[in-house]
Amino acid sequence: MSTWRPDIKELAKREMQTRPFESGHRLCAGCGAGIIVRQIMMAARKSLVFVNATGCVEVATTIFPYTSWNVPWAHNAFENAAAVGSGIEAGRKKLLRSKRFDGDPDIELDYDVVVLGGDGGTYDIGLQAISGAFERGDKILYVLYDNEAYMNTGIQRSGGTPFGARTTTTPVGSVIKGKVQFKKPIVDIMVAHRIPYAATVSSAYWNDALVKFRKGLEAEGPAFIHAFSTCPLGWGCETAETVKIMKLAVETCVFPLYEVENGRYKLTGPSLAIAKNPDRKKPVEEYLKLQARFRHMFRPENKWMLEKFQEWVDKEWELLLKKSGF
Amino acid sequence: MAVLKKVEQVMMALNGDEAVAWAVKQSNVDVVSAYPITPQTIIVERISEFVNNGEMDAEFIHVESEHSALTAAWGAALAGARAFTATAANGLALMWEILYITASTRVPVVMAVVNRALSAPINIHNDHSDTMGARDSGWIQIYSEDAQEAYDNTIMAFKIAEESLFPVMVTLDGFTISHTLQNVSVLPDDVVSDFVGVRRIPRIKLPRIHGDKEIPLMFNPKYPITFGPLDLYDYYFEHKVQQNEAMKETFPIIERVHKEYGEISGRSYEPVFMVPYRTEDADAIILGLSSTMSVVKKVVDDLRERGKKVGAIRLRVFRPFPADFLRRELSKFHAVGVLDRCISFGGEGGPLFNEVRSALYGLPSRPIVHNYIYGLGGRDLPRSLIVKIYEELLSARAEPEVPVVKYVGVRE
Repeated sequence: MSTWRPDIKELAKREMQTRPFESGHRLCAGCGAGIIVRQIMMAARKSLVFVNATGCVEVATTIFPYTSWNVPWAHNAFENAAAVGSGIEAGRKKLLRSKRFDGDPDIELDYDVVVLGGDGGTYDIGLQAISGAFERGDKILYVLYDNEAYMNTGIQRSGGTPFGARTTTTPVGSVIKGKVQFKKPIVDIMVAHRIPYAATVSSAYWNDALVKFRKGLEAEGPAFIHAFSTCPLGWGCETAETVKIMKLAVETCVFPLYEVENGRYKLTGPSLAIAKNPDRKKPVEEYLKLQARFRHMFRPENKWMLEKFQEWVDKEWELLLKKSGF
Repeated sequence: MAVLKKVEQVMMALNGDEAVAWAVKQSNVDVVSAYPITPQTIIVERISEFVNNGEMDAEFIHVESEHSALTAAWGAALAGARAFTATAANGLALMWEILYITASTRVPVVMAVVNRALSAPINIHNDHSDTMGARDSGWIQIYSEDAQEAYDNTIMAFKIAEESLFPVMVTLDGFTISHTLQNVSVLPDDVVSDFVGVRRIPRIKLPRIHGDKEIPLMFNPKYPITFGPLDLYDYYFEHKVQQNEAMKETFPIIERVHKEYGEISGRSYEPVFMVPYRTEDADAIILGLSSTMSVVKKVVDDLRERGKKVGAIRLRVFRPFPADFLRRELSKFHAVGVLDRCISFGGEGGPLFNEVRSALYGLPSRPIVHNYIYGLGGRDLPRSLIVKIYEELLSARAEPEVPVVKYVGVRE
């Protein structure tokens, strides 16, 4: 596949004309998820249909009698969004084969299925349904928008919450300070299903993101994209700094950008640049200090937490470098 | 039931599960999504054979759990396909959340439930604790007496579901029906196919600002619809009331589909909601569900020969609950014994008893109603015990203040 070079002006124009995701939704100011949804839609060539797990995006965009979606959209429950995707794909397949709606100008069946889940719906409760869909090879693009906690229910820890982070269920107490564990290696878990395409995306790098979303949509089988998503409310960061934080996550290698095509890991964009020139890698403090959820780690007595965080990032980065052939 | 030979039917030796699989095979089902659980497994095994041998053109989704089985069926139906799934006991319990979602989004999925006891302790045999647990979930529930009825009900279920926009659960008793070989009259493929047609997609009218157009109610990029939005206190209550009212409006649909099916098959199931057996001039009635009622009817015959005025009523449709029909039918008897193959922990009698008794309460003259809980975990209900129930009902005195709830066939 020759690499697509997205023309942002052209795409913005198309978006203004078709308005697939309407403004006026109730996502918080500075929320990364809205940007991710728009980028998926910009990357699409075919019509899209969306399936949403329970979570912020679901509740903020479809408060009855309003909806932000100018594309077919469905929400069933928290843990089963991938299974809904499987069902839609199977139904579509059969309808196409039967030619039942051929010539019906009111019905279109040539679409791609996007399943959208947060970290709770993906790392935790939804993992089984995703694993089932991937094992069966159902052609869906699963996008994880990872804001690193159960933000919809009020900032409780998930399997995607990073080490040290303060959440309402991992408070900074006098004995235990924030989350004790590190993030689950979700992309590796998905790649282990031998799916044709997986990637990480930070919306701050829109070009990289659009290319990956398109690859995911056009993969021959299931695809998984791990999209990093800032949450000003849950993270205690400035709404105006969303893009800056999404950039810093990549520059510090807390959230490296890469893709995995048929099991082959490949660094992309700024992460590839860091791999080639390690001096560019910034210390994790630069990323952590902008967020209140890590504030306690900057107290002198908790210095070990910063060190431990950095150690983990370095180790994961080394692993990724090896997997990507560096 | 009256059997009129309308079309040439083939008599096949099928167990109840196979009868359901045959009905599914003939009903133009587009997507089957299922996970195996005893005693339902034969249904998915047979359907898998039909699909893999090219005898049935459907997509089979081999899901990783019952939760996903119903979910994927929901997704397929949303995409415009006719979807079927099957389960039993704990599988149904795992689907519990999605039962409500399927009904409340008005997605017409058909599911066969092979009734089985719920854990713990684990038990694979028949009782109704699984589907009774799902009684409030918004599904139409039709209980089958034998394999023939399991076959007929499954075919009718697709039509009922798509015309009413309610999901339909067809139940059959675990092992008693699911694994017992019976003679089943099977209609020709084309007759069933014509009867059920292909999946109907209802059209909904857009508001005037969108041009009054009628658009298909399905996943369709041409006319995008948002399914399953967030519904807060400003609308949720009204939606639930509308859903309940709509369910009551399924009575005539269920009746009509039965009538139409009777015309092609000769098996009319009249009356549709409850089947009376020798109730004329009866003093005591046993009212119950599914296969047990075959035995009860046999006991009625025996007792009638001995001059006892007894009869039986089998309830076929439990949801929507045919309270009006019951009131009309039951008021004239001296005593009614309600059989519950399910226990409601801490409750006053079983679920069927509760509904029957409360339906009758407002009548100026009402029968004495006793509750008999029986057969849990597959425990046999021998004829001798049914005779005892009738004897008790015949000699029952005026209704006591406290309802009579008894266990039948349990060791003291």
